[in-house]
Amino acid sequence: MAVSAATAADATAGTGEHAPRARRGGRRRTALTFWGFVGPFLIGLLVFTIIPVGWSAYLSFFDATNTVSPTPEDFVGFGNYTAMLTDPAFQDSLVTFTVFAAFIVPVTFAFSLGLALMLNRVRFMRAFFRSVFFLPFACSYVVAALVWKMSIFNGVRYGLANTVLDLFGVDEIAWLFRPDPPWFWLVIVSLRLWIQVGFYMILFIAALQQIPQHLYEAAYVDGAKPGRQTFWHITLPQLRATSVAVLMLILIAAYQAFDEFLLLVGTMPSARPPLVYLYQTSLGMQQELGTGSAGALILALLIAIVTLLQGKFLGFGNSEDR
Amino acid sequence: MTTETKRPAPVGRRRGPSSGGTVNFLALSVLAVLFLIPFYLILRNALSTDAEITAPGWMWFPVSPAWENIEKLFTDPSVPMARALLNSALVAILTTLGTLFLCATAGYGLARIPYRHANKVFYIVLATLMIPGAITFVPSFVMVSSLGWISDLRGLVIPTLFNGFVAFLCRQYFLSFPRELEEAARVDGLGYWGSFWRIVIPNSGNFLAAIAVITFVGSWNSFLWPLVIGRSPDSWTVQVALSTFLTAQTVSLSQLFLAALVAMLPLLFVFLFLQRFLVQGVAQTGLKG
Repeated sequence: MAVSAATAADATAGTGEHAPRARRGGRRRTALTFWGFVGPFLIGLLVFTIIPVGWSAYLSFFDATNTVSPTPEDFVGFGNYTAMLTDPAFQDSLVTFTVFAAFIVPVTFAFSLGLALMLNRVRFMRAFFRSVFFLPFACSYVVAALVWKMSIFNGVRYGLANTVLDLFGVDEIAWLFRPDPPWFWLVIVSLRLWIQVGFYMILFIAALQQIPQHLYEAAYVDGAKPGRQTFWHITLPQLRATSVAVLMLILIAAYQAFDEFLLLVGTMPSARPPLVYLYQTSLGMQQELGTGSAGALILALLIAIVTLLQGKFLGFGNSEDR
Repeated sequence: MTTETKRPAPVGRRRGPSSGGTVNFLALSVLAVLFLIPFYLILRNALSTDAEITAPGWMWFPVSPAWENIEKLFTDPSVPMARALLNSALVAILTTLGTLFLCATAGYGLARIPYRHANKVFYIVLATLMIPGAITFVPSFVMVSSLGWISDLRGLVIPTLFNGFVAFLCRQYFLSFPRELEEAARVDGLGYWGSFWRIVIPNSGNFLAAIAVITFVGSWNSFLWPLVIGRSPDSWTVQVALSTFLTAQTVSLSQLFLAALVAMLPLLFVFLFLQRFLVQGVAQTGLKG
């Protein structure tokens, strides 16, 4: 997303260069060659992304229950949209997402940056540590949800978390089965953190290695102390572009959170993010494809607005000229 | 991995052993142990009996590993694990090959062929990147079901191949590919197609491997799309099969963890042997995104 404007300019540079060489007869051949390369991909994009989105927009104005081709009598106008927007369950799912993002974005960011800084300093077994922190990325959310639910945060006494709490004399906690107190957030956030943190850590490590050493040297000459001072005045400002990108990526990934919510707390209505809600509406027992489509489009619009605001707020301009 | 030998030691590091360095090392070690606990639990539980898992006292590792769990898992008729593994392997391999082929050719065409409307086509691709990936599952389901590809390998694979983001990455990569190499090929009488296959692709091994590994991992671990499309047990991938055992009440715990171990093994091998490409792929896909 962040890339779009940055590449607009070099698109012209990339294709225009040979243009004077193309002769009149060659032009048609160039077009044919181009479509030979790009055509199959573009057709697929049309059939599996562009047309479905349009079709879905059409369906969102119909009562399309269990059908993908509704009859004109099923036309409901903006009915699905008002139904969706006034549905308390949909509103709840937006609140759930906001709470989730408020936890996961700062925690993942701080944790991955911290790990990258620690790895950058360590002298022994650096490759080993990096592999260990990155390894959970090989684990699917389904497998992780299984371990989190059945072993670590199992609500009975043989669960790992309860075994550890027992050592300190704390009673068993039903982690996942009660919305109040909301212990399930600890389960959900720790799971996603475990899987993702290594991914963002690698991005930060790559960025840390790009920082020119002479900046630090100059700072020491000027009397700066290594540690806090150089971190706030050199490291962090130099990581700005990567930090913006990482924040965006964490947030975009959070919008798409589905697997762990469905498997861990899918039956708890107060802990349903929008995607799980949409899935259960449009593909559950009743296939309410009309309302589901309306919900998907509302969500897409909300994401677009937030992304634009975030871009303004964090200042894309700066990351673009890299 | 190799970077520490090439780069001068960061000045921020103190010379000689210091307490700060030791604390840092110890903290990393503690974190590493915490990060490995879930893997340990999978292995321990997969090789235990159900009675051992639920026993009140903590058990570090089963005294006599229950190897018979493996046979039980693959012979249990209610759990189509072998079929699910086969489906996952087919889906991941076909998705990787298909994505690579379609996105590399499209990326090269967009980067190099001086067609008048190439820019417009590129903007269409960019526009689709703006549509948040996960919310298209409702519209895509509509399309796939009207094609009759529900519970079908075609439905699992084909709609996921046209990845605008990968095509974009390929285009950026080919833009930076040394032009002189291609021009030499042009002098030798090769057209675009010839120089793409004989010059560009053979010289892009690292880039393509990084994209391939990332695509493979993503496809093997994906859950939402296979769940939406795989409605009959024959078409379940490993992740979908695992999720149904997880929500079923009757399944045995040790089998569940063994199934999780089996689902994870292929990717652990990828991590062991191809980590270099994976790290490179992460750096590529992340930093440009």
